[in-house]
Amino acid sequence: MKRHLISAADLTRDDAVLILDTAEEMARVADRPIKKLPTLRGLTVVNLFFEDSTRTRISFEAAAKRLSADVINFSAKGSSVSKGESLKDTALTLEAMGADAVVIRHHASGAPYRLATSGWIDSAVVNAGDGTHEHPTQALLDAFTMRRRLVGRDAGLGKDLNGRRITIVGDVLHSRVARSNVQLLHTLGAQVTVVAPPTLVPIGVESWPCEVSYNLDEVLPKSDAVMMLRVQRERMNAAFFPTEREYSRRYGLDGDRMAKMPEHAIVMHPGPMNRGMEITAEVADSDRCTAVEQVANGVSTRMAVLYLLLGGSEPAVTTTSTPRIEESK
Amino acid sequence: MSKILIRGAKVLGGEAQDVLIDGETIAEVGTGLSAEGAQVVEAAGQVLLPGLVDLHTHLREPGREDSETVLTGTRAAASGGYTAVFAMANTFPVADTAGVVEQVWRLGKESGYCDVQPIGAVTVGLEGKQLAELGAMHDSAARVTVFSDDGKCVDDAVIMRRALEYVKAFGGVVAQHAQEPRLTEGAQMNEGVVSAELGLGGWPAVAEESIIARDVLLAEHVGSRVHICHLSTAGSVEIVRWAKSRGIDVTAEVTPHHLLLTDELVRSYNAVYKVNPPLRTERDVTALREALADGTIDIVATDHAPHPHEDKDCEWAAAAMGMVGLETALSVVQQTMVETGLLDWAGVAERMSFAPARIGGLENHGRPVSAGEPANLTLVDTSYRGVVDPAHFASRSRNTPYEGRELPGRVTHTFLRGRATVVDGTLA
Repeated sequence: MKRHLISAADLTRDDAVLILDTAEEMARVADRPIKKLPTLRGLTVVNLFFEDSTRTRISFEAAAKRLSADVINFSAKGSSVSKGESLKDTALTLEAMGADAVVIRHHASGAPYRLATSGWIDSAVVNAGDGTHEHPTQALLDAFTMRRRLVGRDAGLGKDLNGRRITIVGDVLHSRVARSNVQLLHTLGAQVTVVAPPTLVPIGVESWPCEVSYNLDEVLPKSDAVMMLRVQRERMNAAFFPTEREYSRRYGLDGDRMAKMPEHAIVMHPGPMNRGMEITAEVADSDRCTAVEQVANGVSTRMAVLYLLLGGSEPAVTTTSTPRIEESK
Repeated sequence: MSKILIRGAKVLGGEAQDVLIDGETIAEVGTGLSAEGAQVVEAAGQVLLPGLVDLHTHLREPGREDSETVLTGTRAAASGGYTAVFAMANTFPVADTAGVVEQVWRLGKESGYCDVQPIGAVTVGLEGKQLAELGAMHDSAARVTVFSDDGKCVDDAVIMRRALEYVKAFGGVVAQHAQEPRLTEGAQMNEGVVSAELGLGGWPAVAEESIIARDVLLAEHVGSRVHICHLSTAGSVEIVRWAKSRGIDVTAEVTPHHLLLTDELVRSYNAVYKVNPPLRTERDVTALREALADGTIDIVATDHAPHPHEDKDCEWAAAAMGMVGLETALSVVQQTMVETGLLDWAGVAERMSFAPARIGGLENHGRPVSAGEPANLTLVDTSYRGVVDPAHFASRSRNTPYEGRELPGRVTHTFLRGRATVVDGTLA
């Protein structure tokens, strides 16, 4: 049985669809007057954050609380984390406190994998973003959003994203969101294209299950969803691109470019947005942009992940089975 | 000191012969030698090599005695069949003065397990800005002839040029750690398919190759010799091959781990595989083996880099770079070079004893196994097969990438000037 969620690549198509379907059930809870389920009552979820990320942390916190789990927020920021001993010792501390699941955000790629596989702790480990490696729950909530918008809320149940054309634009090199999305979307049958200046595409990208383009305008008309990644302005100091304005001109999404997209196509952004950089306010505030919806969907998706990993003893909402995510590799 | 008769060993892998040691020297090599008055070592089927010489060892003392000391490091060396090691300069304090190199040299003398030849830093504090007192280190009791900022690259072309020129006055050599610093900022592993997936900062091959290309041209220009540390890429091989064909006085080393392991292992995020230069690809491994076989790469050097457990038992980015290697080097070379048919044992002797002693200017090591020579010898049971268990290491550190892996060969005896430092596979 799979006990952890470390990489989107660990999920089979059926695992992923099960998570998305479960997330739909969870989403219905949010429409109720009392937005809470007793499923994880008595279990403890620790949010272990070595990096600032208020959005992701509160999303996991809300998810765990709606499932009635006890939540401990552990911010390791500011404590001495440059030495690995901290991660191990912190893990041992959490273990001693009886954590059932550890949601970890870490600046070092692979830290969640180490946490899950080094024998330091027994709890389930959920990767909430590690360095420039992966952010699998972000990819799941993105897929959830795409399925809802492109296939339909009810029509999408049991379905994947087969044949949908998804374009991911921006700092692919440094993006854990891009890595997880490419893997998961491929698993779900989508055709993925990443678009970036060549400096922001990793050497070795040829092994990824996606196309690579340097030309946004060519790809937009053939996209069902366009995901704009956050691009840090400081990147220009390391010569990844000459200036903010040049980046924006060549790879930013504005109203004119959005008009080249098919009518049904959506614009996505994992947040936080750099308005005026990779996305203009006109696009960000348009009804084709799902950024805010993604945040709401994040809670449902993370509820589904926690529920499936911790194998809630009671039915989630309406189903009678409580399947876990199967070991897939 | 009494006589020792090594009976029936295949000298350099050739015909079985007897080797009689009298005191500190080899008295006789032949067949049917008399054992009278001698302690006999039955060595039928085993291979006798000249004592191994490692041009690239980190003994960590002074400063990081928690990971290794001169004593524990030389015990590890003897266990691995070495009779001499060159101690790298990146200690705390840095071995950039006559005082520090003499300290390391003296500790080596006291250890008694193998000879320790200190390497001096090229620049003060390994900072690449100002030449260290190279002449003073050479004139000291330690007689330093090899200079290296290993761990850091002498990246300033002018400083490198001057160092290459300056050491000519006393027959010194600069051993370059080839790593263009700007191209490797934040580097965590080989840049390629695996780093793209794992999201770890890339250490591109070009960062090594561009420095090697520059340095062989500098060596040619000023008429100096240059040694390249731990060459790790197929492209570096091509550059060194080209330089040698031009008559440039360049020598190069490869580590055992770069002959065997690839960056695929990093997928485990197990920091025991974190090393500098990083593990490369299968294609690089193949090119390195071929280059070692055809002589483009002159020697095997361990880059033995001990680290305490806590510096490896952590997330990848926080972990230290390096692997211990003294106690497994010969086994890895047997597996990757001898058992693949790329090298015979005479070839191993050349690359692990004769040539490193020559490059480093050691007169009493790397000598032929013949009468009158110093009795620095290593006896290897090449038929042995065993699983690496770091708990048995003599090194103070356990950061081996081979734990649990089966490797061939075992050093049964090591003799340092006629005295056994290893007997039946155990430190004497």
